[in-house]
Amino acid sequence: MSVFPATAASRAAGRGAAAAGGRAGPRGRRAAYLFIAPLGLGFAVFYFWPLLQTFYFSFTEFGAFGGHTFIGTDNYIRVVKDVTVWQALGNTIVYSLIGLTALPIAIVVAALLNRRGLRGVALYRALYFVPFVTLPVAVGLVWNWLYNGDFGLLNDILSRFGADRHYWVSDPSTAVYAIGTVMVWSTTGYYLIIFMAGIKGIPRDYYEAAEIDGAGALRRFFTITLPLLSPTIFFASVICMINSLQTFDLIYIMMAEKNPAIGDTQSVVGLFYKWAFIENAQGAAAALAFLLMLLIAALTYLQFRLQKRWVHYE
Amino acid sequence: MRRRTLLGGALAAPLLTACTGKGGGSDGGGRTTLSYGMWDPAQVPGMEKIIAAFERQHPRISVRIELTPWASYWTTLKTSMRGGTAPDVFWMNAVNFQLYAAGGVLEPLTGHIEADATPVDRHPDALVRLYAHRGTQYGLPKDFDTVGLWYNKALFDKAGIKYPDATWTWDDLRDAAAELTDPGRRVHGFAAEMERQMKIYPAVCGAGGYILEDGRSGFGDERSIEGLRFLTDMVDRGWSPPQSAMVESIGRVRYWSEKVAMNYDLSAMAGQMYAVPALKDHGGIAVLPRGRRRATIIHGLANVISAKSRKKEAAWKLVHFMAGREAAEIQATAGATISSYEGTQDAWLKSMPEFELKHFIEMQEYAVPYPSSENTAVWENLQYPLLGAAFSGKGGIEGAARTLGEQMDRALKEERAS
Repeated sequence: MSVFPATAASRAAGRGAAAAGGRAGPRGRRAAYLFIAPLGLGFAVFYFWPLLQTFYFSFTEFGAFGGHTFIGTDNYIRVVKDVTVWQALGNTIVYSLIGLTALPIAIVVAALLNRRGLRGVALYRALYFVPFVTLPVAVGLVWNWLYNGDFGLLNDILSRFGADRHYWVSDPSTAVYAIGTVMVWSTTGYYLIIFMAGIKGIPRDYYEAAEIDGAGALRRFFTITLPLLSPTIFFASVICMINSLQTFDLIYIMMAEKNPAIGDTQSVVGLFYKWAFIENAQGAAAALAFLLMLLIAALTYLQFRLQKRWVHYE
Repeated sequence: MRRRTLLGGALAAPLLTACTGKGGGSDGGGRTTLSYGMWDPAQVPGMEKIIAAFERQHPRISVRIELTPWASYWTTLKTSMRGGTAPDVFWMNAVNFQLYAAGGVLEPLTGHIEADATPVDRHPDALVRLYAHRGTQYGLPKDFDTVGLWYNKALFDKAGIKYPDATWTWDDLRDAAAELTDPGRRVHGFAAEMERQMKIYPAVCGAGGYILEDGRSGFGDERSIEGLRFLTDMVDRGWSPPQSAMVESIGRVRYWSEKVAMNYDLSAMAGQMYAVPALKDHGGIAVLPRGRRRATIIHGLANVISAKSRKKEAAWKLVHFMAGREAAEIQATAGATISSYEGTQDAWLKSMPEFELKHFIEMQEYAVPYPSSENTAVWENLQYPLLGAAFSGKGGIEGAARTLGEQMDRALKEERAS
């Protein structure tokens, strides 16, 4: 139940709904459906219908100016046979793994910010959150300057320690990590807010009892905070994985077309964009998008299965 | 490039609203309003002057400019073609032309050209041919661009070398690049950038190779590889920055900041070069040095008519007018580009007296048209990912070029099959 961090609010909502459900006659029920109708309509029009369409188009070949012909599973065969797809998938998995490192960072920072008596928490929270609300375009452009091989701040600092100049985003061996770092930098604040709320939800009594028993700060973190935070961590890891599998904008901004590392950094969604909007292969792009959706669904299902082993509810 | 298009978009936004404000559709009194699609905000003033002259001749027709930033021009155009809201007349480039012509969304012009004796032969032949598909002419050129050698006279003086001229060969360029390179001041002799129109295609053609002929890729050809090696060799020897460095500051920017002594660049860049005081003072222009043969790449934009337009008669009048002398002269004076109409380029030449712009026009003689097929974007997109390592000084240009040739042939085969 309490997958979402706003536990108290959702519990209250649940109680309200249960109470209303008990009393609602046909009129009340109609009112309820009317209330959710806009959402349902939006879902149907903007999510479910495109999904069906994508599925259908993935079996067709598109003319550049309208019209399409049914070609069976050819697009799927093309996707599976194409080496660039596998390369993009590999890159995307690397992005996901790097992206997940935002979680431990956010947990530690959240635990530190929740210490009693710490001043200026609101300021810290805002500072950590700013990168998340900044447009990826701006983030990408600024970081490209920091990484710049000739004039970048990073090389400037490193050269003071005698390191060689390095082209971070155009060297295939570092480009994925350079972009991944920016991803982590810009998303940590979002997970931080979630974890701070999660930690707030842990009853104070546990900590006080542990303190009386002589448990130190580290011990309290590992035996109380982490286990009781596990539902929140589960939620965050699902969101984080989905987001990193769909990553596109930052890479699009940071990687110029002529970057020698472009093949080593392209994500699955990046490839989708290229096929659909540049190369006129909308059918194959639809197949790719559909397969990505299946992959995300499968991995999310796996996460839900695995959660039983490590997620503790009070 | 991306920064330029972003800037273009920003500039275009206010203009776009300004343009659409001027009423639309054909209104009463038998007047016809044509929409004219284009992407370059820098050319709007020139186009407006041409349109004003056209409207004086044809009082019953008015033309409204629809400006779409480059970044979204082609996606917008394709979608509006499907939705039936595409402009009546619009700009076309070589990369996209065959896709549109084969897709049947462009109006054939051959009949009109014959009926109205449009002066097609006054435009460079290579350029006119770019806009013909299976023997039918679909577009008429308005301007053109060739690639020339830009060099920094101050850096040449400092190194004590003679300026490039028409006698130069690739060996002269190499020797000069070696002399001009100064690692201490991080100055490079040349920018052998991985760039198709300005570097790769001219080098491949200059070596006697080709990009695309009779539906086959030329990248596996020995001569083409020699052309590519001419570029990557400069990187390997340290006379040019590697591609990994030039992706962060492109060759043009390095030439502007006087960190690169010689650069191949487009004639359309003259205005921007002229705006840099140092380059206005000591920037030089020469024809491209000769490899196994003389070559440069020519490309130009054309005006085309949408096959779905309901005002084709008026649209043809506009395209016909724009292919004529008067429009070309207005463009040469007010526009940012070279008009393609023979003999109207004087105004452009005179606008920047310090630059020897005439070399760009001289090069028409041996200029190779920008290569394209129906799905140009598909095989063009194969180039940079495959050639990137070799252009970054990691070697292996032969293997990369052969792989590119094979993959491009496969893409061309699929194109024919579809």
